[in-house]
Amino acid sequence: MADKQQQVVVKRARHKSSVKDPGTPGVLKMTKDRFTFMANDPSSPVKLNVEFRTIKGHKFTKDGTKQALLNLTQDQGGNYIFEFENFPDRNVCKDFVASAIALSGEAGRTVPEKSAVPIQDEQLSAAEMERRIKLLQEDSDLQKLHKQFVIGGILSEAEFWATRKKLLEQNYSRRPKQRVALKNDMWSTKPLADGQSNRVTFNLTPEIILQIFAEKPAVRQAYLNFVPNKMTEKEFWTKYSRAEYLHSTKNVIAAAAEAAEDEELAVFLKQDDMLVNEARKKIRQVDPTLDMEADEGDDYMHLPIQDHGLPRNDNKDVLDSQYEPYRRSFSQHLNQHAAVVLQGRVIDVELGDTRSVAEALARTKHAELAKDASDVYLDKERLERISRMTEIEDLQAPRDPAVAPLSIKDPRDYFDSQQANAFSTLGDTVSGAKQLKCSVSTREAYCSLKECISEIKFQGLTEPTINSEVAFKVLNGLAQNISSNKYHLGRNPNESILDSLPKITREELLLHWSSIQELLKHFWSSYPITTKYLLTKATKLKDAMSQIYPKLQEIKESVQSDLRHQVSLLVQPMLQSSVFMDQAFCCRL
Amino acid sequence: MSPPVPSKILTDDVSLLMVLIDSNPHFWSSIKPHFSFSKFLSHVLAFLNSILLLNQLNQVVVIATGINSCGYVFDSSSGSVSQRAESLLPKLEEFAENDESLSERDDDSGNGVGSSLLSGSLSMALCYIQRVFRSGPLHPQPRIICLHGSPDGPGQYVAIMNSIFSAQRSMVPIDSCVIGIQHSAFLQQASYITGGVYLKPQQLDGLFQYLATVFATDLHSRNFLQLPKPVGVDFRASCFCHKNTIDMGFICSVCLSIFCKHQKKCSTCGSIFGQAQTRDPSASQQRK
Repeated sequence: MADKQQQVVVKRARHKSSVKDPGTPGVLKMTKDRFTFMANDPSSPVKLNVEFRTIKGHKFTKDGTKQALLNLTQDQGGNYIFEFENFPDRNVCKDFVASAIALSGEAGRTVPEKSAVPIQDEQLSAAEMERRIKLLQEDSDLQKLHKQFVIGGILSEAEFWATRKKLLEQNYSRRPKQRVALKNDMWSTKPLADGQSNRVTFNLTPEIILQIFAEKPAVRQAYLNFVPNKMTEKEFWTKYSRAEYLHSTKNVIAAAAEAAEDEELAVFLKQDDMLVNEARKKIRQVDPTLDMEADEGDDYMHLPIQDHGLPRNDNKDVLDSQYEPYRRSFSQHLNQHAAVVLQGRVIDVELGDTRSVAEALARTKHAELAKDASDVYLDKERLERISRMTEIEDLQAPRDPAVAPLSIKDPRDYFDSQQANAFSTLGDTVSGAKQLKCSVSTREAYCSLKECISEIKFQGLTEPTINSEVAFKVLNGLAQNISSNKYHLGRNPNESILDSLPKITREELLLHWSSIQELLKHFWSSYPITTKYLLTKATKLKDAMSQIYPKLQEIKESVQSDLRHQVSLLVQPMLQSSVFMDQAFCCRL
Repeated sequence: MSPPVPSKILTDDVSLLMVLIDSNPHFWSSIKPHFSFSKFLSHVLAFLNSILLLNQLNQVVVIATGINSCGYVFDSSSGSVSQRAESLLPKLEEFAENDESLSERDDDSGNGVGSSLLSGSLSMALCYIQRVFRSGPLHPQPRIICLHGSPDGPGQYVAIMNSIFSAQRSMVPIDSCVIGIQHSAFLQQASYITGGVYLKPQQLDGLFQYLATVFATDLHSRNFLQLPKPVGVDFRASCFCHKNTIDMGFICSVCLSIFCKHQKKCSTCGSIFGQAQTRDPSASQQRK
């Protein structure tokens, strides 16, 4: 960025307090982070030394006006106006200022990260650094972890990124975001007609040229053929514009007359055969079960005189058939335009050079054609589609039953283990299990079972099956159960305790969880401790872990009393892990 | 089997209900003062009849879970006319005889109630359901309901978990209605994993009401009905070596088999475990 530019710019300028002020002459010197102005006259009070960080914007007068001014605006409203001797000088300063402002703006943001990414033992390329910074900027969780460990000095940069190579690579190869689509407004055939003279001006920009080439393959082909052999580009477009003008006047007879005279013009005025072929091909790819009677009219071009049902005045319709090819229908044009816009940009070429655009489009179209022609499977695919749409269910062979896909659960679902809850409900009954003794022998047991069955067989079912009071009690109990569960567990049965905590607490807990995981990962990877480096690393990790311990206690205390028990259950494994780590570290010797 | 069902009538709420009845005689004699088998049967029969009344195309199949065997005792779609549930009684008697004859010896000891063969009846139910799946594109929506009371047998842990996972894969919910004294960890897990309902009725003489309110709901209606949910699920497993219920143990990293003690070799997959590197047993994991 700034490498290409000069580091320092020195120019003669006048500092003005306002535009009308004649100003004090002096020398303006600009470096990357500040600019200074020294007046020629040593006694003058005007001395400036301003950092670019405070400058938020710059304004300038246009080239060719009376004064070459550059106005640097500050955030609080102050500004510095400089007048230069000539425009080139001013432009050099202007460019320098622009890049300096951009750099200082970025520096404000990236200064903390830049200082946090010290180049230690690794040779990091600038691209790598940029990638890391970008990744940190995007993922705030990652940034917090990074801040905690790398800036806290617990882990080194290399270790932190060692396990995250995949993330970096992914980021790197990501494509740029949205691209601008083609414009939807059709090139207006209402040219700027100058009321006084008989001139009609058409404006053609590279965008418009791209769209013309995309919509009208005949024009593109003509361009490739005629330019630069038969005529220059300007002549080509003049002729094209003339053709458009003729079309806009809807004077078919005049169009025919001119086409007869000028061969090249005729190309623009006649129907587009290439378009016709394309349309035919598209029709063939329509769903085969859709009943379409395909005939000549299905190529946009050969349409009955009654233009898509829009009634026209009958007296105009009786025209000689020789004029038929020169008739153009607006709806055809609109359809083709819509199809092109929806397809979007198919080529990636710079729009400046018309010829290359035309060639690129031609190449794409050729490639498509070639693919279709050589696609042996196209017919086969069509047949398959037909058979799929018209299948008769009764004649199908039995298909394998549907199965649920393998579901790998997110470990966070089990984060709050409900095991302790289950224990508390089971606890009173676990002891009860032992009490269930069967003091009867097997034979007797079976006997009583069979007796019961025959009892029912002979007596039939009891009437009523169930006592109404009992039924009422049961229903009440169920309703209470369901509503109290809803109250405690929330509507969603899978809603966890985490969600019922305030957001900050939740974030903190999750952050602690992920930091503990990170610490444990690095801790166990440094085992067995054989070198001094590993020892220091393990010590650092252990200390960091012991710091998290009191923080977790704090969180436990800060939670509401009714949630405290559940939160302590959540936090317990985290506390245990810190204890284990301590023990492991002590036992290593 | 059943005659082909015309497609127009097979609506969303047609269900195939597989009912697994616990016929463990030890359990029933131990619970005798509170609830008798005959009362239980009367509630269940009324429930089955009402299921058959809910929709003409509903099917009910009853499997009895004994201590030595399991067997089909009722199939509503067998025969030309849909049968009433009472016709299961003679078959049930037969089954009890058969089960008794399979007992090894006259067990007078009688300490503790043995467990019934839940894994066997679950497997039978799933096989029947698979057959229904393959019978054609149109079939009622199957679900399994276990009316169970016997305690869990840790020795059946592996088989039951396998049935649960295959039920989950075929998208067949397993509902559980526990009529025993204690909760059943296996059935809790089964209902949790397959998306069924687990209920332990507080009042056993109102069993029919529980069945009709909660378990008669078909799968389509469950999308917009609120059914009781258990407060917690006991996810404990049994170790593969001694079949004890454990909550902390060793796990083979190849096949995930669970052991309560440190082993040299995995008995399921045969992989050999290395020596422990550090004092801290890093192979120990807390099973949630």
